[in-house]
Amino acid sequence: MTLGISPDAWAAVALSLRVSFWAVALSLPVGIAIAWLLARVEFPGKQLVNGIVHLPLILPPVVTGYLLLLTFGRRGPAGAFLHDVFGITLAFNWTGAALAAAIMAFPLMVRAIRLSIEAVDPGLEEAAATLGACRARVFLTITLPLAAPGILAGAILAFAKAMGEFGATITFVSNIPGRTQTLPSAVYAFLQVPGAEGSAIRLVLISIAVAMGALVASEVLARRMARRRTGA
Amino acid sequence: MSLAITLRHAREDFVLDVDVETPSGVTALFGPSGAGKTTIVQAVAGLLRPDSGRIRIGDDLLQDSATGHWLPPHRRRIGYVFQDGRLFPHMSVAKNLAYGRRMSGAPRDPASEARLLAMLGIDHLLDRAPALLSGGEKQRVAIGRALLSQPRLLLLDEPLAALDAARKEEILPYLEKLRDASGLPILYVSHAVAEVARLATSVVILRQGHVDRSGPVAELLADPALTRALGPREAGAVIEARVLRHHEDGLTELATSAGHLLLPGVGAAPGTGLRIRIPAHEVILALTPPEAISALNILPARIRSLRGGDGPGVMVQLESGADLLLARVTRRSAEALALEPGKNCFAIVKSVAVARDDIGAL
Repeated sequence: MTLGISPDAWAAVALSLRVSFWAVALSLPVGIAIAWLLARVEFPGKQLVNGIVHLPLILPPVVTGYLLLLTFGRRGPAGAFLHDVFGITLAFNWTGAALAAAIMAFPLMVRAIRLSIEAVDPGLEEAAATLGACRARVFLTITLPLAAPGILAGAILAFAKAMGEFGATITFVSNIPGRTQTLPSAVYAFLQVPGAEGSAIRLVLISIAVAMGALVASEVLARRMARRRTGA
Repeated sequence: MSLAITLRHAREDFVLDVDVETPSGVTALFGPSGAGKTTIVQAVAGLLRPDSGRIRIGDDLLQDSATGHWLPPHRRRIGYVFQDGRLFPHMSVAKNLAYGRRMSGAPRDPASEARLLAMLGIDHLLDRAPALLSGGEKQRVAIGRALLSQPRLLLLDEPLAALDAARKEEILPYLEKLRDASGLPILYVSHAVAEVARLATSVVILRQGHVDRSGPVAELLADPALTRALGPREAGAVIEARVLRHHEDGLTELATSAGHLLLPGVGAAPGTGLRIRIPAHEVILALTPPEAISALNILPARIRSLRGGDGPGVMVQLESGADLLLARVTRRSAEALALEPGKNCFAIVKSVAVARDDIGAL
């Protein structure tokens, strides 16, 4: 079943799913930790951290991509270190696309999770502490489960954003079919070729289907969580 | 086990400066809102770090700002029952109850657990979600949860304030049982005199961040000087009584050190010890034993002190047997009867003057 879509285009869909999955999976723990810090802890430089987290949201994606290239490229400080010590190459590789997607989606993810953690009644955390739970266990047994619907929403939002990331990705890892060509890059490539609008439309439809699927899945999961809480 | 609290905590509009040592039993922290009651219990629990202070339970030092010693809340082993219950909404009642034990890793003791659940009357609620409990049930589960964490001190922060009178009446007997059965020291925050009178063994009266008075409950509640702190309509002495028998007309006869009292049907078996609060404004004074009067209770008494305030009322403290009573009369009556310390008189109490929530287990 090809639906009239070329193998390269299918590869772009598969790559986008893979990139988005890893982008979310690897940034979620960091996102939860930072969201918790911003929501619950007062520390010097909090506004600075908040600003840096939100930077990708307001910078032009091309700028973010170029900064990534400078930092994580072969000759960039972080890129050279990763390559020499771990043998990991990010630039012009699908792993780089995952990094770019993760960074671009990070502000949305942190924002959603932070709001859901702030919505957890601190009184419940205090009650848990008086019952003998240290801070880490309060977080794991009270804060995290109660914020779960918001964390799920943040993850889905980040996934959708990662699926659609274009500017930073194409700047950082280029648009190499079968290697770094994600779904949006493929749509863009098709639009550059006369007569390939049909292929572009088909990819657009797939993109819409994936996004709707993610939304529906999150809705179902969130409802299940809410039902468990009210005990109905 | 005594609890010694020395705290100083300043905020823009409020300074808390207290130094109290409470004996074992139930100590009521009593005072109007804003007096600093909740600040004190939060500090004892470690949820609020005061500017300076020292808190000690028995021989264990919880914190001492002089040495920088500070035990975090989760290592204090202090049970805290909040006004709003604070049950974990994502856990069943059973999981809420087990939370403290889960965190401490203490071995399970099913027999004493079952006893406690039965005493609190929550053993049939275990599978429920907290959202499906009534207010009274929530508070009983919260009390059970705090107790099952095996605390060495229990803090009850107005646990009944959010409940209506019927729900209060549902929980007070459990708290009385708890006081009598566990021997656990309890710090009970309240601004309701009736609750304090029923539950407390000693009282600390707070006013604007300072300790106004502290001492045994019977002594303090019978002190006319406290009328202002309590409010004239709330003043009333607490006396001890024993149920003698139930009469066919629905009255219960009780023995007190001053004589027999007849009160509307008390739901306690003969021989049961009770504590009864007699509101000061319900006590009438007479110099001769009145005849042909509808009030059933006439107790011989001797005036110990009189204390007038700004208003038209005078608070009269009476000795009646071994107990102290309070009567609130007008200044005009006090002058007409020439009431003065040492004078003998009769305290008249209508049977119906003692409300149901004025009667508690001893």
